[in-house]
Amino acid sequence: MQAFAALLDSLSFQPARNAKLRLIETYLRQAPDPDRGWALAALTGGLDFPAAKPALLRSFGEEKIGAELFHLSYDYVGDLAETLALVWETRPDAGPPPSLSEVVETLQRATKMQTPAILRRWLDTLDSTGRWALLKLLTGALRVGVSARLAKQAAANIGDQPVGEVEEVWHGLSPPYRPLFDWLLNGGPKPSSNMGGAFLPPMLANAIERAELDALDPAHFRAEWKWDGIRVQVAASGGVKRLYSRAGEDISKAFPDVVDAIDFEGVFDGELLVRREDAVAPFNDLQQRLNRKAVTPKMLKEHPAHVRLYDALWLEGEDLRALSFDERRARLEAWMARTPRPRFDLSPLVPFTDWVHLARLREEMRSDGIEGLMLKRADSTYLAGRPKGPWFKWKRDPMLADCVLMYAQRGHGKRSSFYSDFTFGCWRQTADGKRELAPVGKAYFGFTDEELRWLDKWVRDRTTNRFGPVREVEPKLVLEIAFDGIARSTRHKSGVAMRFPRINRIRTDKPADEADTVDNLLRFVP
Amino acid sequence: MTDTLNPRSWLYPTPRGLYCEPGGFYVDPAVAVDRAVITHGHGDHARPGHRNALATPETLAIMRARFQGMPDTTQQPLKYGESVKAGDVDVSLVPAGHILGSAQAVLEYRGQRIVVSGDYKRRPDATCPPFEPVPCDVFITEATFALPVFHHPCDASEIGQLLRSLETFPERTHLVGVYALGKCQRVIKLLRAAGYDKRIWIHGALASLCKLYQEHGVDLGDIALASDAILETFKGAIVLCPPSAIADRWSRRFFDPIPSMASGWMGVRARARQRGAELPLIISDHADWSELTQTLTDVGAPRVWVTHGREEALVAHARSIGIEAEALHLAGREEEDET
Repeated sequence: MQAFAALLDSLSFQPARNAKLRLIETYLRQAPDPDRGWALAALTGGLDFPAAKPALLRSFGEEKIGAELFHLSYDYVGDLAETLALVWETRPDAGPPPSLSEVVETLQRATKMQTPAILRRWLDTLDSTGRWALLKLLTGALRVGVSARLAKQAAANIGDQPVGEVEEVWHGLSPPYRPLFDWLLNGGPKPSSNMGGAFLPPMLANAIERAELDALDPAHFRAEWKWDGIRVQVAASGGVKRLYSRAGEDISKAFPDVVDAIDFEGVFDGELLVRREDAVAPFNDLQQRLNRKAVTPKMLKEHPAHVRLYDALWLEGEDLRALSFDERRARLEAWMARTPRPRFDLSPLVPFTDWVHLARLREEMRSDGIEGLMLKRADSTYLAGRPKGPWFKWKRDPMLADCVLMYAQRGHGKRSSFYSDFTFGCWRQTADGKRELAPVGKAYFGFTDEELRWLDKWVRDRTTNRFGPVREVEPKLVLEIAFDGIARSTRHKSGVAMRFPRINRIRTDKPADEADTVDNLLRFVP
Repeated sequence: MTDTLNPRSWLYPTPRGLYCEPGGFYVDPAVAVDRAVITHGHGDHARPGHRNALATPETLAIMRARFQGMPDTTQQPLKYGESVKAGDVDVSLVPAGHILGSAQAVLEYRGQRIVVSGDYKRRPDATCPPFEPVPCDVFITEATFALPVFHHPCDASEIGQLLRSLETFPERTHLVGVYALGKCQRVIKLLRAAGYDKRIWIHGALASLCKLYQEHGVDLGDIALASDAILETFKGAIVLCPPSAIADRWSRRFFDPIPSMASGWMGVRARARQRGAELPLIISDHADWSELTQTLTDVGAPRVWVTHGREEALVAHARSIGIEAEALHLAGREEEDET
């Protein structure tokens, strides 16, 4: 448990992706089985035991040091699990701390009545980092900034395998993943990718610009609209039906309407959309349905989900991934034509003669549900990962707005001495008729290294106020912000939320007074 | 011991600092005064411009180093354990275990003894003699970390974390933020004790106090100024600097550094994140909660005055064990500073 706790502790402070990977890899190499398997399960969200309630932690704390001191402590620390971990003292006579596997295996068997006594004993044996990690495990949320995919990437790295190989076998395995480590570290056999609704690692596209297209022969490519939903994989085999996000996260529970409509077997790529009648609803409508554990009947009725298919990986018991795009497409079209299904349709090909023609089609298409074009080589086999050359995404030109820099925050790692995270705002009228800036977004890329040095100096020279790591600056600098979409939001003070904002240009030529207003921005909202 | 004498009648807070009336001096005053007794060299206790300053020889040396030699102050060195008369008050200085030269001021007047402990800690520190509990009638204690959430882990395990991180990230510079006086030299000694014998690089702002420690017999091993080396040198090196330098342009010379910070505040995650520490090291020169409560028991004073920090919790605890406790608000102390 202590080694796992040290890992979580380091991860929670380390913001850089590569450093996080290194930490997880080091742990997975050094920890024994089955500890490392349980750790991988914890990091990928694969552990499930009855969560400890906040009231239990509070009562433990009050029992330990009294209500008054516990209240003062919690007030200062601000996090209940952390407060309890800090105020509870290790008892030297309590024996050795439990291993991670002892913790997991005991909790899986323990009844709710037994848990408090077990917990108390463990808290006595662990140090404060160990207690913090234990309580984080028990309260369900690790929050150490590690996605399931990142953890799988680390596992893949220790065996020098591409992450796709790990993802392919992943859904056929269960914690503590002994066969996985046996394969990755000890030259054991590769676990079979059980086809019971297994996720197959997807093929991804690279971004391309108009100018780069001229080097390519249009006759070799097929075009499809790039839908503004989320890329999903529909996987059904051996009676198991699942819907996965692009990263392999099982999102079936949030979309029972789609999963219940699966009356076939096979593995397909498609775009998950909210669709009313024949129209694709804005991305924001889809967002309402993401990340929800329980789906209400109202939600299902008002935000009906739909999958627009564009590729078939397995069909009629056959792995199609070695076939060309054209061959897979023909199989998919024929299969779709046999049985129409209301929750699924086919993303049509966009016929075009040359790049000029296609560029015009892209310009003319102004539907909200489309964010550009996908270009796929007709002869491309289905390759996991992001191979260079076969698939491209040609996004619609971004929207632009002139915003005023309001706050800056230092970055991490290489950027830890640079003010590199920028919050910017647009003008609006206050109730009493004054003009004020309302923050509309945050961007931390889009600039060159040289521009970053310039911005950093600008921020240091024009600071008017400091709040911890954040500096407020004179509202004088106009930044041209590029973004891919904008929606109304009740969670943001300005009432709008940008998608994928980045700094396009630094407009030193433009007075801040002439920057955009929030009302200007609202005109972009579909 | 005379119960008739009210201790507040001869030692009390004023806007200039804690004043001892029958002795005619202030203890760690907030402004320049005629006569001052200084417990230790940190900036919120030792200030420039006093006409007379009484302190340990080490503390006076630190003050001279910080205040351009202090030519206008009459300096009165008093060694640990020796006693001197100031007005009607007997003054002696006893080790506080905080930093080099740090002392508790023991004041005796008409049979009553008050100990002004300044800042202190109870765990071993290779750069200064350990805290000595002095039985007294009134004990004045600091309360920087006076909440039950502060249980500083053992120093060796924190230094172990730094060394483990160097193994995991052997190409990255480990940039450790330390206070120039005390923490810097203690961290170096802890690294040496853990067997780290490579050169330790220091920021220029740490140089003069490191030299002063060395002159007082504290062996820091191989240390050198970071500005004197080529960049390639810093791969996998430990560089100590003042906390503010991590955010400063100065730190840009290092490739992909890991910002670390050695401080008692690092025990609370939100505080560590606020400081931007990616490798927080909980190393403190102040007593943690158990050391504070243990000290109240050790000195056995029936009265405790609690100053700078989280007075509330320590006052509540002291009262719960039958000590007459109250908060004492002193001018010039920064609550959040750990110096």
